[in-house]
Amino acid sequence: MPGSDKETDLTERIEAFLSDLKRGGSGTGPLRGSAETARETTALLRRITAQARWSSAGDLMEIIRKEGRRMTAAQPSETTVGNMIRRVLKIIREEYARSRGSSEETDQQESLHKLLTSGGLSEENFRQHFAALKANVIEAINELLTELEGTTDNIAMQALEHIHSNEVIMTIGRSRTVEAFLKDAARKRKFHVIVAECAPFCQGHEMATSLSKAGIETTVITDAAIFAVMSRVNKVIIGTQTVLANGGLRAVNGTHTLALAAKHHSTPLIVCAPMFKLSPQVRREYTINNSNNHFVSSGEILSKVNVHCPVFDYVPPELITLFISNIGGHAPSYIYRLMSELYHPEDHEL
Amino acid sequence: MTKEEKQRLRKEKKQQKKNKEKKDDNASQESEKEKKSVSSSSSAPQPPTQPATQKGGSSCCSLKNVHDMVQKVTLILIFPVVKRLPEHIQVDNPDVLKKLAKKLERQQIPLRLDYGYKVSLFSHLHQYSRKAPLTQQLSIPSSVIHPAIVRLGLQYSQGIVAGSNARSVALLHAFKQVIRDYTTPPNEELSRDLVNKLKPYISFLNQCRPLSASMGNAIKYIKKEISNIPSQCKEEEAKGKLLNCIECYINEKIILAAKAIAKYAIEKISDGDVILVYGCSSLVNHILCEAFEKNRKFRVIVVDSRPRLEGREALRRLVQRGISCTYVLISAVSYILPEVSKVFLGAHALLANGYVMSRVGTSQIALVAKAFNVPVLVCCETYKFCERVQTDSFVSNELDDPDDLIVTRKGKTQLEDWQQVPLLGLLNLVYDVTPPDFVDLVITDLGMIPCTSVPVVLRVKNVDL
Repeated sequence: MPGSDKETDLTERIEAFLSDLKRGGSGTGPLRGSAETARETTALLRRITAQARWSSAGDLMEIIRKEGRRMTAAQPSETTVGNMIRRVLKIIREEYARSRGSSEETDQQESLHKLLTSGGLSEENFRQHFAALKANVIEAINELLTELEGTTDNIAMQALEHIHSNEVIMTIGRSRTVEAFLKDAARKRKFHVIVAECAPFCQGHEMATSLSKAGIETTVITDAAIFAVMSRVNKVIIGTQTVLANGGLRAVNGTHTLALAAKHHSTPLIVCAPMFKLSPQVRREYTINNSNNHFVSSGEILSKVNVHCPVFDYVPPELITLFISNIGGHAPSYIYRLMSELYHPEDHEL
Repeated sequence: MTKEEKQRLRKEKKQQKKNKEKKDDNASQESEKEKKSVSSSSSAPQPPTQPATQKGGSSCCSLKNVHDMVQKVTLILIFPVVKRLPEHIQVDNPDVLKKLAKKLERQQIPLRLDYGYKVSLFSHLHQYSRKAPLTQQLSIPSSVIHPAIVRLGLQYSQGIVAGSNARSVALLHAFKQVIRDYTTPPNEELSRDLVNKLKPYISFLNQCRPLSASMGNAIKYIKKEISNIPSQCKEEEAKGKLLNCIECYINEKIILAAKAIAKYAIEKISDGDVILVYGCSSLVNHILCEAFEKNRKFRVIVVDSRPRLEGREALRRLVQRGISCTYVLISAVSYILPEVSKVFLGAHALLANGYVMSRVGTSQIALVAKAFNVPVLVCCETYKFCERVQTDSFVSNELDDPDDLIVTRKGKTQLEDWQQVPLLGLLNLVYDVTPPDFVDLVITDLGMIPCTSVPVVLRVKNVDL
């Protein structure tokens, strides 16, 4: 039967995606960028919307939430998955509200006035059936996908506003967004980039070779030399894994030290982060303990020693000067507002 | 004999040049002063002395002579030491390089060539490759340089002897060997000839690896001791005296100092402490081992950094004693610091403006510790105190072999062909300076002092000497 074929096909795809996520986190599978993950998640959600069986918006939301919980459980450190799910849930809510005819502004914020006057929970059942809902939601998800495809270019287009000639720019590790940003500026301006290698994985090396091949004068330094060279740096431009709701970052380890050094020298710290990295989660710690080590190899003392290898750092918002996203530049104090526009408060917990 | 004459002639010429320079200086200063006084007193009647050409020194007025003398005296009082910039931070100046090449040729020491693309910010420093040690260019057996010194130079350049205390001690032992094997040539005085013999050795060691501040102080001490040997002293007696002096120096300044510092530092370690150390400082390791012997209960976090990974050596030594340790890389410092109660750092040198010169990464750890309000204690013997001043890590530093940064991860070596890529540079710094506001206490053999008291200690030491 065509229906069940579609369903099994769908479940297969979901399972494949989940196993990819699991493998990507443990380091055995191919390392994928967050943009790729975001696109794949959104494509999968569109497929679920198209192929799964649902009759009302509430059903769809339930299905998506369930799948979403499984996906985030497969790889908790990959927050873009959760972010995309929340975006799609918000899309569904909006489309539902539009179909019902109620204007969008009334549903926006929880305000004290609303709580007092409405006198009770604003119970939205999402039970009404609308024929055009499916098509509308799929169209909206398509728009989201187009937005996702253009994020890196949108950010890179703003490069010339922020980089002038003969600057020394510092960055850490490898971020595809920052790479595109710097390469775009390098087409018109000459500047010097210092890359901190970010041990133990040393992804900075890849970044440096890629930048130098694009014609940018690059220097690779060790993590220990970050403070030593910071006095000659004009700007620090970094990427991040996640932007937290308070304007802080969860970025690759070593970023907090970099941010402190930049603060000490009053060097601006610019974070290039597309909107899909914005997450309503609170800070959480992620540590991996490498036992197959490029890290500690002397065997006899290894058993008596604790080795810590944190993957991410938390950077508080006071150390950040500017966020550059695909919709423009923002101060860290504005991030909470952007988040409220992207996600519905009830979706913060999937 | 002719060589001696030539040397003496050269010295005289230098003296003459210096005198001339001083005179010119005086003259220019005088003329400047005159000009100032003339310009200030515009309406006042012209002073009898004209700001005419002063060179040649033929001054008619007696007032001017007195002025001249006052100038000279003030010059000597204000600048008691004529400071010359060391050669190793003037690599971008071709004249300096030429002078160095000539000097090395005279001393028959090969010149070591720089290697690889140098980052433009550091074009004033040397950058050598470890794969091309200086000893490859020497003939074996070397007639000019004592074999103990050749061995020492090789150990320095390959990194076998590393760490400021280890290098100083090795240097002093090598000099002891040199003194034992030394015989005064006829018609020569030991005090002058031995100093001249040591000069090419020092140049050779400098070429192998730039001298550290502690080594510089040790060499100054030895030279002073040698030149203080009275001329009527017999050779055997003089040699015995010198060997004794060196032994005393090592004993006092390094071994006993370490004991004194450990005594002070143990007062600062309490039970239940979590102590963070960086890299491998012999002094800090000594302190921790002593504290463990005295039954203090603490645990240690060893922070390490690429490419030297010296922390593994410290880790090995501490674990062998039975101290419980944790190991992290320097990028994880802000993750681990909330658990830490104190930070102990070693120093390579303490500069006269209170800055601490130490292994690269130390300033970073001090910065993060300050941000988390964790006290930072620096342990340093007084013989490492140095009269230089420096405010950043660029003007005077050491560049290590850039190939050390190359590493293979996940089967790929990204930077293997970095020399072929035209715009790519690798920077392997060795030292950095920590500002004094990050350091809470310096523990020395003279006691526990704040960072800003370093020039006081230097002055006290100079008065003693």
